[in-house]
Formats: sequence, C-alpha cells, structure tokens
Amino acid sequence: MGKSATTSDVHALFHSLRSAYAATANHLKIIDLYIVFAIVTAVIQVAYMAIVGSFPFNSFLSGVLSCVGTAVLAVSLRIQVNKDNKEFKDLPPERAFADFVLCNLVLHLVIMNFLG
Amino acid sequence: MARDLGILVIVVLVLAATCQSAVVSPVSESHRSAALELFSPAHGSYGSLEETYEALKTFKVLGIEKKHAIRTSSCASVADTLKSTSSALKDFFDALRVNSILKCELNSEAVRGTQSRLKDSLNGASSLIDFYYSIGGLVLLKEQMSEVDVNLGDADRIFRSIKALGQSDGRWRLSSNNPESSNNAAGIALEALAGVISLATPQIDNSWITTLKNDILKLFDGIERYDDGTYYFDEKHVGARGHQSPLSSSASVVRGIAAVAAATSETLNLPGEKIMGLAKFFLGVGVPGSAQDLYHQIDALSYLENIRESTPLILSLPATVISVTKKDQLKVRVSTLLGSPAPTLSVRLMQIFVSGSKDASVIDQELKFDAVSGMHVLETLPKNIDVGSYIFSFEVIFHNPEHKKTYVSGGRTRVLVHITGVIKIDNAEIVILDGDRGSVENQKKLKLPGDNAVALSANHLQKLRLSFDMSTPFGNAFKPHQAFLKLRHESGVDHIFLVGNSGKKFEIILDFLGLVEKFFYLPGRYNIQLTVGDADMENSFLQPLGFVELDLPDAPEKATRPPPQAVDPYSRYGPKAEITHIFRAPEKRPAKELSLTFLGLVLVPFFGFLAGLVQLGANLKNFPKSTVPSTFAILFHLGIAAVLALYTLFWLKLDLFTTLKALGFLGMFLMFVGHKTLSHLASTSSKLKSV
Repeated sequence: MGKSATTSDVHALFHSLRSAYAATANHLKIIDLYIVFAIVTAVIQVAYMAIVGSFPFNSFLSGVLSCVGTAVLAVSLRIQVNKDNKEFKDLPPERAFADFVLCNLVLHLVIMNFLG
Repeated sequence: MARDLGILVIVVLVLAATCQSAVVSPVSESHRSAALELFSPAHGSYGSLEETYEALKTFKVLGIEKKHAIRTSSCASVADTLKSTSSALKDFFDALRVNSILKCELNSEAVRGTQSRLKDSLNGASSLIDFYYSIGGLVLLKEQMSEVDVNLGDADRIFRSIKALGQSDGRWRLSSNNPESSNNAAGIALEALAGVISLATPQIDNSWITTLKNDILKLFDGIERYDDGTYYFDEKHVGARGHQSPLSSSASVVRGIAAVAAATSETLNLPGEKIMGLAKFFLGVGVPGSAQDLYHQIDALSYLENIRESTPLILSLPATVISVTKKDQLKVRVSTLLGSPAPTLSVRLMQIFVSGSKDASVIDQELKFDAVSGMHVLETLPKNIDVGSYIFSFEVIFHNPEHKKTYVSGGRTRVLVHITGVIKIDNAEIVILDGDRGSVENQKKLKLPGDNAVALSANHLQKLRLSFDMSTPFGNAFKPHQAFLKLRHESGVDHIFLVGNSGKKFEIILDFLGLVEKFFYLPGRYNIQLTVGDADMENSFLQPLGFVELDLPDAPEKATRPPPQAVDPYSRYGPKAEITHIFRAPEKRPAKELSLTFLGLVLVPFFGFLAGLVQLGANLKNFPKSTVPSTFAILFHLGIAAVLALYTLFWLKLDLFTTLKALGFLGMFLMFVGHKTLSHLASTSSKLKSV
C-alpha cells in the first residue's frame, strides 16, 4: 500500500514538475537544453578518461572545464534573462546575451591555450 | 803564518784548476753549411747592398764559391747606385764594398762622379759616420781604380776632426752633439783614421801613428773579461745606432785595429793575451743563428787571423770523452782560427788535475804528431789515470823560436776530459741473515748487470744483506755517483737505501727489526731494485733483482700511515665509463579505435541539442529583415564564427601572441557589430512592448 502510494506520489510529483516546466518560456527552455548538452559532453569526457587514464591531464581538464564553464555561463544567462527574476528587472536581455557571448569567447581562448 | 799561506796557495790552485776549462774549436764545416743556409738569396739577390756585401765577404773568408749566381744582379745594382745622383753616402760605400769583392766593370764617368761626390761629402762631414763612409769609399776607390786620384789635400784637418770626437777612455762619440761614447764608434773611428793615413801618403805625420797606437791601447784597457780567459768589448749605453751586441762591438773594434795595422808597417804592440781572448770570444759563440752575427764573427776572425804580430793559435780536442775499454786515444789539434794548419810545434801534456778534488800530478809528456791527420796524439795515458773526470793542462812549444814572437798560443790550455770504462762487478750476492746469531738463512748469487729474479722471504727478526765488488778495468777501486737499493711494496710505497763501500767492496745490511716502523708495518711482497751509475761508467744499470716477502708485526694504533700513493692520472682524468641513459617509458596511449569511438560519442550530444532545438520550435523569426540591421546581424554571426576559427587555428599551429593580436582586431569588430545588432534588437523589442 505504501509502496504504491510512494510510486504514485513520485508519479504525481513528476507530472506536476513537467507541467510546471512546460509553462516556462521557450527561450529559457533553449538555454536549459544547451546546459544539458554541455553537461552530457562533460560526462562523456570523464567516462573516456576513466577508461584510458588521464595521460594528457591538461587536455582532459581543458575539455571538461570548457563544458562546465559554458554551462555555468549559460546558467547565469538564464538567471539574467528570466523575466520573473526581480533582481535583474532593469537589465536588458540583449546585454546579458552580449556578456554571455563575450565570456564564452574568453573562456574558449583560455581553454584552447590549455588544450595543448 | 806559513800554514795559512800554504792553504791560500792551495785554494788559488784549486780555483785555477776549476775554472778555465772551456774548449773552443776553430772554424769548421758547420760554419760553412750555416753560411750557405743563412745567406740564401731570395729571388737571385740579397736585398740591400749591405746584405750583399756581408754575404759575399763571409763566403770569401770561408772559401765558398758562390758568387756567380748573384754576380749579374749585384753588379747591375752597383752600377745603378754609382750612376744615380740620388744615392746616399752609405749607398756609395756599400756599392764600392760589394765591387771590391766582385770586381764588376764600371763606367769611368760614374766612377768620377762618385769620387767627386765622396770628396764633397768629406769636406762637409761633421759626424763620425759621414767621415767613415766618405773616407772608406775613397779608400775602396783607390784600391779598385788605380787611375783615380784620391789623395787628400787637407788630411791634417780631417784627422784632427775625427780625433776631436774621441774620449779619454779610448772610446769615440758618434758626433759632437751626442755625449754617449761607445766601442762600436771607436772601431769605426779607427777604420776612418787608418783610411786617412793610407790616402794621405806620403805626407803622413809619424805622430799620428803613435797617437793611434795609444788609442788602441787605451781601448784595450776598457775590455771586458770572462773567467775562462775570453775577452770582449761591450757597450755601456744604448747608442744612437740601437743596441749593439758584444759581438758586433767587438767585431767593429777588431776591424778598426786591423785597418790601422794594415795602414802602417810599424808594430802595434798589441797585448797577446787580449788578442787570444778576443779570438776565443769569437770562436766561443759557436755557430751564430742570424746572418749578421755570422758575418761579424767570420769577418772578425779573418782579421784576427791575419794580424802580423800576434796570430792566435787554437788548441782544440775533437773528442773529450775517452774510453779505456775501447782503447781510445786522446787527440789534440792545433790550428789557426780559420782552421788552417799551424806552424811546426809540439804539444806537451803538463799537468793533470782530478776534477772536483785538489789532487794534481805533474806529467810533462810530449804528444806524438801524426802528419797524416794533423793531430797530436797521446799514445798512452799516464799510469795513475783511471776511470773518472780530469782536467788536462796542455802547453804549446814552438820548434822555431821566431814563431814565439808572431804567434800567440794562450799559455796553458785546460780541458775537461772524461775517461770512461766498463766497470767490473763481481761477487754479487744477496743473503737473508738470521737474527742476532748472523747465521745465513738463505743465500742467492747475483749476476750484475744481468737478469736476476730471486725470491726471498723474511720476517722482522731477520736481516737482508746485499754485497758486491766493483773495480775499474785497471783493477782499482771505483766509487760511483749512485749506488741505491730500492724496496717497493706492492701498494707502491718506496724505500731507498744507499749502498756504502769500503774500498772495492760494496755492502748494505737491512735490519728489519729497526726498519719495521719505517716500512709503516706493511707486510707483503717488496720488489728489490738496484741502481749503480756514474757519468764515467759505461755500464751503469738500474735493475730489478727479485722480491722479498716480508712478514712484519701488526701496526700499533699510533703508527704513521703510509703516504698516499699518487693516483694514476689516466684513471683520474681519463675518460669515464659510458653512461647508458634510461628514458622514461612513454605513456601508454589508448587504442586508436577507442579514441575515434569516443570522438563520435562526444559529437552525439551536439546533435541531440540540435534535435531538441527543433522540437522546442526554435526559429529565426526575430532575425532583422531590413538591409542594414540584417547585414550587422550576419556580420555578428560571422564575427563569432571567425573567432572560433581563429581558436582552431591557434590550437593547430598559431602561438598565443599572434592569436591575441588577431583576436584584438576581431574582438573590436565583433564588439562594434554586436553592439549594433543587439541594440537594434533591443529597440525593436522595446517598441513591441510599448506597443
């Protein structure tokens, strides 16, 4: 009885999360997708390193950190662009996007240097 | 008092015996070959006329016929010099000197021109060198061209002018401005004055000759002397003509004296001992190394040889090492300076001194003259002469008493002679004696000199005795300079002992009890080596005799350590062993297929992202439509693509600095374009909002 209640609670939780998520704006969903893409790429790189060993460690770090870094920047973009966020009410989203692009370019320069 | 005087006399005799033993030899083939080598003409001529003259004079004195090779070029040079109006006084002088040997055909007009130039120079001369060249030139002209009239009108004035430059000590100054006087200048002045006398005949004043004789004697007062009886002239100051060596100064003086002797028929009363000393000085130089020194030496010797009243004779020994074993005979040669035979005389061996000691014996034995070889031979050595070093004192006795006045033999000539011989060594044996009792434990006979390999063993209570007899070929006792016994441990530590003697018997006893500490308590094998040697011993030897195994007690704590042995330089400083480098094994790289698989896997999320975008319904509806903003938008995207392409290039081959430079330009472009695009977008969205 409890088990089925728990599972049904979990189902209900998922359902409500999904419906709530569907209500988010489209551009936010795009950013979320980008974040997921970056993290999955990082995970694949870590799995590869687990298999073959970390010999060019700098390359591994650079690869993983580029994914993580771009994900972080995308998170901050999402925060700034979200209309429901009272803190960044006066910040135009284009400005946030310009920051995102600039920071990504700097991140990737450093990553390319460290890649070796 | 008498005893002191006696000791003084002995000391003087010892000093007299120890010095004066230099032997000089007359001019020989080595001088001739040196002359040919030093005076070799470059491209058929000798350079200046002065050098040509030096070469020709040297060849003439030594009897070398070589003139023909350079005759044409030298004669041409002489003719040119005499004809030319721009020749200096020295050039005339040198040209006439060369001509006196070569006897070229000269143009009579040139000769007359030369004569007038020389006479003019003589009249205007003020320095010694000018006088010398002009007078010398005129004398040479007179010798070569008898039809030329060169008699001097005012010889008296010229004589006095030259004399005015002379000093009271016999030397001369080069000019009245120059306060320094030299022997070299004195020689030049004497030649010039002799030239005046020969040119001015028959008007000469006898007082001139006397003055010249006095000047020469004063000059000889300033002569310098070595202990072995050699005399020479040296300069105290560096003169105007540069530093003159004793060789050139002495040669200059000899030339001057010879010129004076040739100009007058009177005897000059030259001190025979000093003439002999000068001759010994020139011969003592040996064979000089430079052409000019050889010229000075040979020129001076030729003049000394021809001096009328005191011709030096040289007593020389071709060999000063006489072997008794080979039955060599002592040979003595008496000749003139240039090697010509001497008049009939006999050589007597007067005394023999033992080198390094006070013993002297009076011999007075005449040497037999061998006409075939021209040598005086000592047929048998005196009875008490054995192997060793001696100083033989010879004296020359002339057969004709007249010769005593014209020749100088230098009195007693002392020569260091080594009498060598094979020394006989017999009764050699090496014995191990047992302790206090002295009984013989082990006895081995040795053959010296010869191969020996004895093997002995001893402990510290025993003694080792080595003994042998040494005697000369005549049977007398002989004490060599060196008689050493060396014991060398296997670790390299050496111990050297002197072998003492009493008469003929040489013996050394090594008492190991007393030597234990000296040997640093090192037991083991000691190699034995015997060295016996002397300068006069023909069979000196240094030989290993074998070894002795020594058993020594253990070292106490305070004993001295043996000295560290020298490290073999080749082992310390030589090449070391080759180093084989061990490199870190390269990291294991994964298989290629695995890497490619994962490359594919990494790209999968990207496609997933694109698929998700499509699913979400991402579109480009907000892309600006009108021309200008759309251009900016396109440029914005292109700019980002360009930056990413730059990064790829950076990873592939660029370096950071180039990348940063390019990035700077691209970044500025991108900023500008991006600003334009985003501001356009912002204004559009704000318009939408307001609406």
